[in-house]
Amino acid sequence: MSSRPESLAPPEIFYDDAEARKYTSSSRIIQIQAKLSERALELLALPDDGIPRLLLDIGCGSGLSGETLTENGHLWVGVDISQSMLDIALDRQVEGDLLLGDMGQGLAIRPGVVDGAISISAVQWLCNADKSSHEPRLRLKAFFGSLHRCLSRGARAVFQVYPENLAQRELILRSAMHAGFAGGVVVDYPHSTKNRKEYLVLTCGPPSLSTATPKGKGEDGESGSDEEFSDEENQTIRTSDRHRPRKKQKTTKKGKGREWLLKKKEQMRRKGNTVPPDTKYTGRKRKSKF
Amino acid sequence: MRLLTHNMLSSKIKGVSNGFPLRIEVEKVIEKQVELNPDFLKNIFPKVDWKALVEAGRTMGFAELPEEADLLMLDSSEFLSKFHHALLELHLEEGALVCPETGRKFPVNKGIPNMLLHEDEV
Ligand SMILES: C[S@@+](CC[C@H](N)C(=O)[O-])C[C@H]1O[C@@H](n2cnc3c(N)ncnc32)[C@H](O)[C@@H]1O
Repeated sequence: MSSRPESLAPPEIFYDDAEARKYTSSSRIIQIQAKLSERALELLALPDDGIPRLLLDIGCGSGLSGETLTENGHLWVGVDISQSMLDIALDRQVEGDLLLGDMGQGLAIRPGVVDGAISISAVQWLCNADKSSHEPRLRLKAFFGSLHRCLSRGARAVFQVYPENLAQRELILRSAMHAGFAGGVVVDYPHSTKNRKEYLVLTCGPPSLSTATPKGKGEDGESGSDEEFSDEENQTIRTSDRHRPRKKQKTTKKGKGREWLLKKKEQMRRKGNTVPPDTKYTGRKRKSKF
Repeated sequence: MRLLTHNMLSSKIKGVSNGFPLRIEVEKVIEKQVELNPDFLKNIFPKVDWKALVEAGRTMGFAELPEEADLLMLDSSEFLSKFHHALLELHLEEGALVCPETGRKFPVNKGIPNMLLHEDEV
């Protein structure tokens, strides 16, 4: 677990010149990122009319994901926080335009102009607080809010993400729903430890036929090229159409834990809400009643 | 950075109510030819802020766009090729983008605008 890059250093430090070069010269990584991007583009479900679209690639890095967009005939603008990654993208002469930016500060793009967005292996970085001024919830809010505004009506955004745990996945998903997106999570090869991949598929605008979350690959037990199976991870989660009644929304099985609760209560207090005092009972496991 | 991208960018500094369009300061412009795709141009046209494109083109040394444009003009191949050139072939390689309200400069190096905000601007 400690090998998660997200827990080692902030992205603009982790992806320095050496790491950026290493990342982009690994044929294994190139291949995986291309596959993930292909799938994300498929889930974007752009009209099948051969017209190039204007897409965003968020956390575009050295352009591995963007190249898939180019190969499929689209124009793209990539945003990344690591100058070193963008330098490699320049070396590789990617077709897309590049911006040095922090998605957690919100995207500097005007409303309604973008036809779709992908983000490959990047958004989980927002769950970390790398500076004392960083509050993941607020950064996710700024990001999803700005993304929702800059997409044109009915457009989609697809994020392949590596959440560290259930709480992170929930946090990301909840932030997206709060920003006004509808959609859910598609899990490909849910039975495979190695090939299991998660995509957040989000749609702008009112739910319609086209906003139904598509099915994951390999839900019936097919596991891609990898034959390993794991017991816990055996379902496709499809939650959180924000227009569904609240009660039905799933919460994580384990609950959020005392620490989370205390933090939440503190936040509510700061907002001026009346909140019961913290005691040894706060956040204690309750016996199920029935 | 293409003028297409410039046309989509807007300054999001805290307190700024209209960050569009960013003023362009030119140090170096480069041109890269790309194939013209009429379908793309027709599709993107309604989303382009025409005034901002005309102004940006002029700043970059290309003054051939008409002040006003409407959908009908997209049938003219002469218009299309100018639109195409301004939108996709002119690149701001070195210079800056300037927030219209605060005057804050976002430097552009090697074609990449640095849109990172300082902590007190978020
Ligand atoms: C694993 S790389 C993926 C790059 C590219 N999408 C690909 O498929 O190869 C993750 C990227 O996310 C970028 N990133 C992390 N946090 C970011 C942030 N707050 N804003 C913009 N980019 C960020 C990192 O700099 C890094 O380039």
